[in-house]
Amino acid sequence: MSPAALTLAAAHRPESPGLWTLAWRRFLRDRLGAGCLAIVVVFVAVALASAAGLIASDWSHETAVSYAPPNFLGGSTAPDEASPTAVRDDVSEEIDIKDPLADELAEIRKALAGRSAVETKKATLPLGADKWGRDVLLKLAKGTETSLLVGLSAALLATFLGTLFGAQAGYFGGRIDDFFNWLYSVLTSIPYLLLILAIAAVLNQKGTSTVVLILGLTGWTGIFRLVRAEYLKHKVREYVLAAGAIGASDTRRMFAHILPNVSHVVLVQLSLHVVLFIKSEVILSFLGFGVGVETVSWGSMLNEAQAELLIGKWWQLAAATAAMAVLVTAFSLFTDALRDALDPRLR
Amino acid sequence: MSLQTERAETLLDIRDLTVDFRIDRATTLRAVRNVSFDVAENETVALVGESGSGKSVTALAILGLLPENASVGGATLFIGRDLFAMPRRELQRLRGRDISIVFQEPMSSLNPVFSVGFQLVEVLKQHASLRPRDARARAVDLLREVGIPEPAAKVRAYPFELSGGQQQRVMIAMAIACEPKLLIADEPTTALDVTVQKQILELIAELQARRRMSVLFITHDLALVAEVADRVVVMRDGEVREQGPVRQVYEAPADAYTKALLACRPRLTNRPVRLPVIDDFLNPGREEHPPLELPERSRGLRGDEDVILEARHLAKSFYRREGLIGKHEERAVKDASFKLARGKTLGLVGESGSGKTTLALMLVRLQQATRGEVLLEGVDLLSVRSDSIEHKRRIQIVFQNPYASLNPRFTAGQILMEPMHIHGIGETQTGRRELAYAMFEKVGLPADAFFKYPHEFSGGQRQRIAIARCLTMRPDILICDESVSALDVSVQAQLLNLLQDLQDEFGMSYLFISHDLAVVKYMSDEIMVMTEGEVVEIADSDEIYARPRHPYTRKLLAALPNALLEPGA
Repeated sequence: MSPAALTLAAAHRPESPGLWTLAWRRFLRDRLGAGCLAIVVVFVAVALASAAGLIASDWSHETAVSYAPPNFLGGSTAPDEASPTAVRDDVSEEIDIKDPLADELAEIRKALAGRSAVETKKATLPLGADKWGRDVLLKLAKGTETSLLVGLSAALLATFLGTLFGAQAGYFGGRIDDFFNWLYSVLTSIPYLLLILAIAAVLNQKGTSTVVLILGLTGWTGIFRLVRAEYLKHKVREYVLAAGAIGASDTRRMFAHILPNVSHVVLVQLSLHVVLFIKSEVILSFLGFGVGVETVSWGSMLNEAQAELLIGKWWQLAAATAAMAVLVTAFSLFTDALRDALDPRLR
Repeated sequence: MSLQTERAETLLDIRDLTVDFRIDRATTLRAVRNVSFDVAENETVALVGESGSGKSVTALAILGLLPENASVGGATLFIGRDLFAMPRRELQRLRGRDISIVFQEPMSSLNPVFSVGFQLVEVLKQHASLRPRDARARAVDLLREVGIPEPAAKVRAYPFELSGGQQQRVMIAMAIACEPKLLIADEPTTALDVTVQKQILELIAELQARRRMSVLFITHDLALVAEVADRVVVMRDGEVREQGPVRQVYEAPADAYTKALLACRPRLTNRPVRLPVIDDFLNPGREEHPPLELPERSRGLRGDEDVILEARHLAKSFYRREGLIGKHEERAVKDASFKLARGKTLGLVGESGSGKTTLALMLVRLQQATRGEVLLEGVDLLSVRSDSIEHKRRIQIVFQNPYASLNPRFTAGQILMEPMHIHGIGETQTGRRELAYAMFEKVGLPADAFFKYPHEFSGGQRQRIAIARCLTMRPDILICDESVSALDVSVQAQLLNLLQDLQDEFGMSYLFISHDLAVVKYMSDEIMVMTEGEVVEIADSDEIYARPRHPYTRKLLAALPNALLEPGA
């Protein structure tokens, strides 16, 4: 071909829809899936804004009275007028023990005296307040950041491990396959909660990264099994043989040839595990192995809510549950639509 | 085959059949348009066409088995009653009792978890309302009738215990169980070996004569038709191109497409320098030679040719675990020795399971040989480290299935540039791109193929990409493992011409593997016959067809459709 024709062909690059483009078009045709994607995007935007400090950076400020009800209840439940300090003083006098912190408290009270007079605590908030008067709406935004971070990074970790191990086991077979299958069997034969508690005990520190590690290190097994099966199926396909015939190395065949062809499985598993791990984080926090006290997540909100519910303060529970239910449902439906769109019906 | 000249009563009458498929809201695809033909009682009609001609859709429409998104027009009269107007229940009763069908793939048509006897009895109970004991006895009779050895024992066998040919016999037994008036056979022999194909064809002809039923025989292979049919209907792109008595269509085809189909299939009698293709007939006058008057190409070895590849006592065994420590040896290739001359073609013929693909995979080192040596210009390939890519470059392979051998996530350009990248061919990315464009031109693909994905190409075009991928490495030896077998006859002719042109230009040596003896004879200088892992005969290609020595070679040649032995139309 002449150079002129070559440049013409190169300049005249036709818009040829790749498989990803086709999948994206199929995805957009599914209205429900596209709607769910929009919801997920909103949650992610909130989480990003919160992480960047644009919103909810002051979530821990006690801006309202304790258990301030949501706006739409219109403050009908009058805030408790009795001040907690007064109560405490009464108690100490009654049992006639001198409060060892009395001096310090008196000093703090004196220092704060001027400010607390100026600062008026709100009686109601859009979604109410918790025991300390912190805004539930802000906590929810901050909690979205934590929960999404935990869900996404744990799912990424689990998917990475599952894909890597599954690819090795399925592609090479033999001893390597035996080893990973043994590891898989051992991990899956331990009851899930026991395993989580064991790893939590070994790591022995609380925090977001610990939760991510716990979930990621225990959660890869299902992905491993699926990816291994896909690799077993694909390694004997003719296009992989053809790649071998032109001299492509094992690594190249595994990751440049087969991986893109099984990526629909990996992607769908990734998003399924995001949902799973958001729920798991709630359970872990509820059990006390979750994120630290200095951060807030949906799990820790639910954890606080169990005591609140007994005295009829239901709004924190409702807010956290609603946020979680909406995100999990949207993410699941999004995942379903994604799976349908990515299913490579290759002729 | 009946030879009556006066036609009997019409059994099936198809009038202006039209089938549309709804793809989505905006697009419908017309798969069959205004097709009319009829099938008389006790007559075999062959419906011939290439893929996409609408022949299978027509058969499914007759049976009312089209998917939900299809809509039919026209009328199909079966003994005077319109099948399309018939209530569902009645149509279901008719299917299996009066009209039955045999599909292409016996393995996927039989349920693997039930014995064949059970499946036959099911059919008999449903349609003939026999008592279980009578049904069982009848099942044994049917198996005997379709030529299954030891029918009383085989009635308890599961599908996987039978060979492909026997499975197809069971399918036929199920189809004739209720003595249908019309048997539709949809490519019943395409998935089978040539020798088995012959037996199944004979069986169908025999049953047709004995039971005085009508057969609608659907096939892509015009050569087969002459053996079985009384009348032929040729279809293309959903339309009937020509219909008539088999002799007339064969000896004096009226339609250009029919002529082309007859001409582009390689024959045993002659070997033109290039095969005629459909275009020669549909747009005549572009070539300097009329397609049917091409000079002959001479083949064969003189005996003093330079040997480029030699295999000595090559063997491959697979081991299957049995119990804890035992293993079972399965010898796929027992002992293969042969020489491949430089610039020549060695044909390899054998049926499925003969070890020919294993042999090819050993040569490109995708399978490790158990014993033996492969000498490439005197260097033993099997002792070279398996990751030495220089030797890999010199022997390349084109696989059978063009739909599976290209990575669907790579563009055609990436597919071509990958081997250049691995082997360091073409200094820069631009240089490689230019080479890729040159290769596309060489194999007859447009330049914009560079940016397209495999799914945007037809089967023939994909096989061209696979060939171009091999060419980028300038191999000395090209192995074609059934590379044209999955393609339509007309596309096959184009690819055979392409392969021949490339050999003439680059002087490559070919190992040409196929189960199709006519194609192998057309392409090869020398032919090697394999069966059950052993090479039983090697000889010059004209010699082996004229004077086959080994009994297996004779059996293979006897199984060829007679039409291929006659000179072209």
